Parts: sequence; C-alpha cells; structure tokens
Amino acid sequence: MYRYDEYDQAIVDARVDEFRDQVARRLSGAMTEDQFKPLRLMNGLYLQLHAYMLRVAVPYGTLDPRQLRMLAHIARTYDRGYAHFTTRQNIQFNWIKLADAPDILAELATVEMHAIQTSGNCIRNVSSDQFAGAAADEVADPRPVAELIRQWSTFHPEFSYLPRKFKIAVIASGEDRAAMRLHDIGLKLVRRDDVLGAEVYVGGGMGRTPMIAPLIRDFVPLGELMGYLEACLRVYNRYGRRDNIYKARIKILLHEIGADAYRDQVEAEWAQIRGLGIDPPAAELDRIAAMFAGPVFRDDAPEALDRGDPDFAAWLDQNVRAHKRAGYAIVTVSLKPVGGIPGDASADQIDLLADLAERYGHDEARVTHAQNIVLPHVRRADLHAVWNRLRDAGLAEPNLDLVSDIIACPGLDYCSLANARSIPLAQKIGRRFAGRERELGELKLKISGCINACGHHHAGHIGVLGVDRKGTENFQLLLGGSGAEDASLGKITGPGFDEDGVVDAIERVTDRYLSERIAGERFLDTYRRIGMTPFKEAIYDPA
Amino acid sequence: MRDEGGGDTPTVLRFRDDAVHDEPAVTLDAFAAQPDATAVRLEAGDDARALLPALERLQLVEVGFPSFRDGRGYSAAAILREAGYRGELRAAGDVLVDQIAAMRRAGFDSFAPETPLDDAVARRALARYQSPYQAAADRAETVWRRRHG
Repeated sequence: MYRYDEYDQAIVDARVDEFRDQVARRLSGAMTEDQFKPLRLMNGLYLQLHAYMLRVAVPYGTLDPRQLRMLAHIARTYDRGYAHFTTRQNIQFNWIKLADAPDILAELATVEMHAIQTSGNCIRNVSSDQFAGAAADEVADPRPVAELIRQWSTFHPEFSYLPRKFKIAVIASGEDRAAMRLHDIGLKLVRRDDVLGAEVYVGGGMGRTPMIAPLIRDFVPLGELMGYLEACLRVYNRYGRRDNIYKARIKILLHEIGADAYRDQVEAEWAQIRGLGIDPPAAELDRIAAMFAGPVFRDDAPEALDRGDPDFAAWLDQNVRAHKRAGYAIVTVSLKPVGGIPGDASADQIDLLADLAERYGHDEARVTHAQNIVLPHVRRADLHAVWNRLRDAGLAEPNLDLVSDIIACPGLDYCSLANARSIPLAQKIGRRFAGRERELGELKLKISGCINACGHHHAGHIGVLGVDRKGTENFQLLLGGSGAEDASLGKITGPGFDEDGVVDAIERVTDRYLSERIAGERFLDTYRRIGMTPFKEAIYDPA
Repeated sequence: MRDEGGGDTPTVLRFRDDAVHDEPAVTLDAFAAQPDATAVRLEAGDDARALLPALERLQLVEVGFPSFRDGRGYSAAAILREAGYRGELRAAGDVLVDQIAAMRRAGFDSFAPETPLDDAVARRALARYQSPYQAAADRAETVWRRRHG
C-alpha cells in the first residue's frame, strides 16, 4: 500500500488547516454560504436533507486496518454509529455537524486520509479495480498509476474550477470491474513492445445523458501520461460548456464536436506542452510501485478446502474468487444483507473488517464500486475462519453479483436531489427474491433515485430509475445495461410503476428469463439474444 | 504583496516590483487592430493563444473572471506563461481570497478583485502550502522534484 512521506503529510495537514480557517470564516459570517459552498464541496462536505454529509476519499478503494478503525471511530464519535460505502469507492458520513468537520479531517489526516476533491467541479478521487494486485489477468497493478494521478490532480491549479466534476478510473485487466468506460476518463493499462502504457477513453458517464467513452488514444506510455491527461483536461476546461449544468460534462463536449475533433485538439495541446516537464521523473512511478509490491505469498499454502458445510460452500461459490497465487483467494464481503441498506456498515462491522484484514488479509481491504468490501489476499486455509467471523457479524450474505447485490443511491431518505426512495425499494426487491438469487445467476440490479444516476441504473442488467410523476414516486424499468468490459446502456421498458408495481415487473422479467434462457446464459446474455419484446410482453401484457 | 491604486479603481494586489502599467487594457479585438497597444483584457471565452504573436510588446494582460466558478482564466494564464510571457498577468473580477494561491501557481501576479480581499486571510492562504505535487507556471519546486533531486 502507498505510505505518505513528509511531503504528502504536509499537504494533507495544510488542507486541514485551510478548511478549519474556511469553516471559522463561514461560522463567523465573514463568508456567505454562496462563497463557502464551492469550498466545502471541494472538501466533500454536502448539505443534505437533514444534516451535512461528509464524503471521505478512499483513493482507488484501498484501505488498511488502521484506516478502517479510524472510519469506525468517526462513525461512533461524530455520526450515528454507521457509515455508507459509495459507488465511487469512497465512504460517506451522513449526520455531520459543520463545526466538527475540521476535527474529523484532522483525525483522518493522522491515518493518511482526507476528503480532498471528493466533490466540486474538479478532478475527483481516482477509482480502480478492487482486485488490483490479486487478479491473475492484470498486466500490472493499476494502483501506482492511480496514485500518480491522485498526486498530479491534487490541488491542480488549472483544474479546480472545471465546467463540471471529473472522474477518472484506471484498470489493467481484460475484465472491467470498475465501469471504466463510464468515466470522464477511463484508462486501461496495456503493454506494447515491453513498454507499459494506457489506452485512453474519454467522455463516458451516466447522469441524464449516458455515454460509453470512445477510445481517444490507443497508447500513451506511462512516462508521458500526466502530460497527456493535462492536455485532455485543458481542452475540456477551455471548451466544455458552462452555460448549462446539465450539458457541462466532458461527454457533451465530445458528443457535440465529435471524438475525432476532440482527439485532434488534445494532440495539438499535447504538442504544445510536451516539453514542459509535466510528467514526474521516472523514479517517482518506481517509488510508488515499490509500495504496491504486495505481500510475500507462501509457496506452500494449501489449496484444498472442506466444503462439508453447505452454507460455507454456497458462500465460497458466490463470494470467493480465484487469486493469482495458488493457495490464496479473493474474498468479497457483501454489504447487501436481505432487507438491509446497500453499502451501509456499522462501526462494529467496520472494526471487524479491520480485524479480518489484519489477521487474515495481509492488512488490506478494498471498497468496490458495487458497495461491497474485498479482502484481496486471504489464504484458502483461512477462509472458513473468515466466513465464521463474517457470519457472526451478519456479513456473510452469499450474493455477490446476484439480484440482491443491489447498487442503490441514498435516494430520498437522505439526498436533496432525489425524486424517489431507493433504499426501501432495494429492501423490497431483496426480500422478494430471497432464496431464489442463485437460481437466477449473475444479475446486476441498480437503482437510482433520480436522473443523476448515482445508482448506475443505466449500467444495470436491470436498472430502476425513480422519477417524480405529478408529485408521486414513480419507477421506470431499464433492461440490458452493463458497466463491465461489454459496456452497454440499458433501455427503458415502457411506462413506469409504483414501488410494488416495479417489484412485480422485475419478477415478470426474471420469470421470462428463466423460461427463455439456454444453458450457461446470464440474464444479460438472454436479453441480448432475444431482445426487449418478450420482456415487454411479460411486463405489460402477461398471459 | 502590496496594494496599489485607489480612488474609484479597484485595489490591485501586485506581486511585481516594476511600476504599475497605466495604459488601459483594451479588448482582444481592439488589441489586434492597434499595433502599439501594450495592454489587453481577455474575457473568459477569449483564446489566449491569439496573443502569442504579440508577446514581445505586451506589458499587461488582464483576465476577466465573470464568476469565481468560471475556471477558463486559469488555462489562459498557464498558456501565456508557458509561451514565455513575462509581463503583468492580472486576474480581475469575481476573484476570491481562497483562489489566489492557485491563481499564483497558474501564473497570475496581480489581482483586481471586485470585492477587496481580507489581507490577513490572503497572507495565510499564500503561505499555507509549501511544495505542490505538480509543475505549473509558478515554477515552484515540486514534491516530485524534491523527492528525486
């Protein structure tokens, strides 16, 4: 894992001091709320329906036990004993007092954490593959590149007042576990002639106008990547729309001028700035990469397991994935218990995850964009012990990638933008399908409480969008989306439903899938083969 | 840091030792038509690169910030400094005290905010961050450079 040196620590400490100063000026009335808003937003502090929400950055989703314990401590001391893991691999506290925020940031700084650029119209926290360093199919660990981008983008003097927020994801595997092409910039590490570089995708996103990012450059050597990103951002900062908040993301710029014109502008800009020394010395990426070298794995770790307990076997089959090293496994801890709130964890649960990471997981945990937690390096011989501890804490739900592993935004229960409640719907769906999830196989269901699409409904195999229809909550259903390497955008089935109606409609869809599927097909495969029509019939014209 | 100006003109905060340039800044269009002009004002949507052929004679570039949220002027400043412009580069308009440290990094060396800045807050803001990660127009020694000599 990355460790701060004196320079990193000084920057984070200075930020705490700066924010303390800003909060004091706001509380004294020296600053208006209008002036304070972009400053607090750039530090992850939102004013929600009931209180302030503080979003803390988890760079590329990687946490160590010390950091997890700090998050649990903050949940206990400053919040109501729980916290919420987000689709951007971050963590949010929903009941924060403004006057406490500087102290919370000071506590976070002691464990090398911060809330820098977790909101605002700037380059946000960089996300990555939760299996980084453990997956067998990666060309390199993507996190050193993500860390380099974190540093390059932190307080970038040119890009703090962009037209709109800007999200970057980095992956290094054929399998895309980070929805890379649904980001403003998606980077996929590739090797060419023994040189590591990146494919650069620009202009993806969800929201009102979902777009899958086109490939803008098929190879940028890592040694020149920061300069190329600077060119990408500068073109956007200069020419992105600022007249309409809904058209201000970079995807709209690409859509309006075309990917080819954008590519040409970036190349021209890159040519202008290439000799300016924007990229760090090569030794910097080497320095960072050395910290991600990973644990020392044992060559004699046994592979065999006792699958005698059927509950344990079900969890193994669903939540445990192959590790690059024999005798090890990647564990995904589901934060989606039936009837629970997707992504929520209590302080005690977070402490338990810290204990497990420390005792069995080589001191590492990851947050996933699907709002679960990964222990990336667990010896197979320890899996049963891990499962027992998780089960005692209510964290052993064997539902990774199944219909109840729902991504949901906070919705109208917390969010001032929402039109509808996402959480109660997720709970209802979980209860409706309880016991039948494995029969349905991989089925990614995603719920957004408004058009801003924080719950990734466009990318759900089944997506649900909450809208406001004449003052009542109404839910639209979408089918056929994917945020993975086969990225696609879901299509709306037709007229929307009330809360119970959409649960019924989802069940009709899955019933039709079960009657239509051929061997080995996931729901998404069947949908792509037979199209929307049979599902529409099942929903709106049941026999 | 020194304040100059007075009367009805907004107070200018300058980080330069030369004398204040007293020629009024003209628009980019007017500048193109006046071969002797030495001061120009760029609006947020203007292309700073249009000035590159005239850098030799320019002594003052004023960049307008219609709203503190409009960040185009930071790119304009960076482009001019990258091209070798050494004259005064002034941020004018809706410029807030919490922005001037980044603006200094982007290449601005004078400020004409609509609302005067609190001097003590400005001093704290400018002194707060020691080493930045990334290279910028201010040529501050970066963390990356310090780490690797």
